[in-house]
Amino acid sequence: MAASTPFLVRALKKSPWVFHVGTSGCNNCDIEIADCLTPRFDVERFGIKLVGSPRHADVMLISGPVSRACKEPLQQAWLEMPEPRAAVMVGSCACSMGAYRDAYSVAGPPDKVLKEVDPDAKYIYVPGCPPKPETIVMGVVKLLGAL
Amino acid sequence: MKAPSSRRVVQIGPFHPLLEEPVGFALAVEGETVVDVDARMDYIHKGIEILAQQRTYDMLPILLERICGICSVTHSVCFCNAAEDLLGIDIPPRANYIRTIIGELERVHSHLLWVGLAGHFIGYNTVFMWAWKYREPVCDVFEMLTGHRQNSALPMVGGVRRDIPEKYFPEAQKTLDMVEGKVKMLTDAVLDDPVLKARLKGVGVLTPQEVMDWGVVGPTARASGVDTDVRRDEPYAAYGELDWDVCLTENGDVFDKAVVRLLELQESIKILRQCFDNMPKGDLNLGMLHMPRGEGIGRYEAPRGEDIHYLRSNGTNMPERLKVRAPSYTNVASFKASCLGEKISDVTITLAACDPCYSCTERTAVVRGTDDQPERTFGDLVRLSQAETRRVADEMGRPHDLQLT
Repeated sequence: MAASTPFLVRALKKSPWVFHVGTSGCNNCDIEIADCLTPRFDVERFGIKLVGSPRHADVMLISGPVSRACKEPLQQAWLEMPEPRAAVMVGSCACSMGAYRDAYSVAGPPDKVLKEVDPDAKYIYVPGCPPKPETIVMGVVKLLGAL
Repeated sequence: MKAPSSRRVVQIGPFHPLLEEPVGFALAVEGETVVDVDARMDYIHKGIEILAQQRTYDMLPILLERICGICSVTHSVCFCNAAEDLLGIDIPPRANYIRTIIGELERVHSHLLWVGLAGHFIGYNTVFMWAWKYREPVCDVFEMLTGHRQNSALPMVGGVRRDIPEKYFPEAQKTLDMVEGKVKMLTDAVLDDPVLKARLKGVGVLTPQEVMDWGVVGPTARASGVDTDVRRDEPYAAYGELDWDVCLTENGDVFDKAVVRLLELQESIKILRQCFDNMPKGDLNLGMLHMPRGEGIGRYEAPRGEDIHYLRSNGTNMPERLKVRAPSYTNVASFKASCLGEKISDVTITLAACDPCYSCTERTAVVRGTDDQPERTFGDLVRLSQAETRRVADEMGRPHDLQLT
């Protein structure tokens, strides 16, 4: 795997591009993520940009527990992201499965699903049902600080 | 009929940048024309109906709010309607008004959200930004009154859990007045814009007959002139006592679907204003109720159409069966009628026009395999759609600054 050199990490921090994966959540977190882009919060002023392909992205925003049908696409999308890469678990479901922890159709929380294919995956948890857009922005900023 | 070899299958999804939820579409195209459409919708199947059988009636509204983020009030109140139908009780008037207020606030922010997304799909990103900007104050009002931006956790069987503070009503009124002005501005902008007319009129038409055949509900049906609205046909909450109209348009195309939603926004604000003015005093709920053996059906006019919950109780504190029929379930099926024969660049907006909500819909899934074919992302389709708007504007010789995103 490509090494994440200090130079690449510095470049990532300047303008992190994010890719959003909704893995079977209730779409509330997904809407709050889209909300971050709109005039009140406008994360693009920090260089944070939502992109359409994991290959262009530095940070993955994951919302929702991972359903069985979503498990493989999520792992595939994660491996397609170039290194250095990191993930933000947005919402209670992505952190701890929330209300769906007993459901038969979910494969697990996203952190465990990512660990299966990439043991070194770095991520941060943003709890809340859903977290407010301010909290999501805060989560991304903290993640960048920790890299 | 042409030889099958001229057909290609365009795969969309499951993850795409803007519609937020994973869903897979397969479009069969001949040249630029869509001849068939298939949807794969099991990516967000969460098994809520089984989970519902393991929760007590008191816990259920909280779980059912999580069926869908935008329709959180919808599903919890709809379940309460079903339970109250089973019990055969009427709830206190103040609880009815509170349910109406949170339901209509939800409709306002949901419709604004749709207007924004629709604007983005055809390349009007200004509309996207505007609509979502004015959605924020509505979420603020929701938070002011209930303590949360979307999931209020207010409804319970037999009433509502908490009161909403009346001291915030004047400020809520003021915010809604501002939003109403902006909605009128948006409505006028849509009705007057010749490019939008050229782009959206006659696209994705659903005739009244097709609406009946496919069981389409909500604003999507009302745009075709089918006069259906649960709030009027079978009033729940406080709708029977309020003065409001069902908005109808005639043509059934994407343009009319947008107009219906914009008009409904104004009606919703009208309803809210009446609720704030006439808020009755009194009890909030009937306390904990024993649920006898029996069946109940709850109906609710969600922002997307009629939501139905079927509840069967065996006398214990948990339901024996809870079935959810979300409005998008029937609306998504109507793609078979609205998308066929359209150009591929018009498909995005046609798919979006019924405001599909997959979190609500994916209760059960029937999956058919599709062939491996060249893949296009949803982003490519949005781009195609935006390019089409630009072409229309160019042809009309109108100045524009439409960017491809």
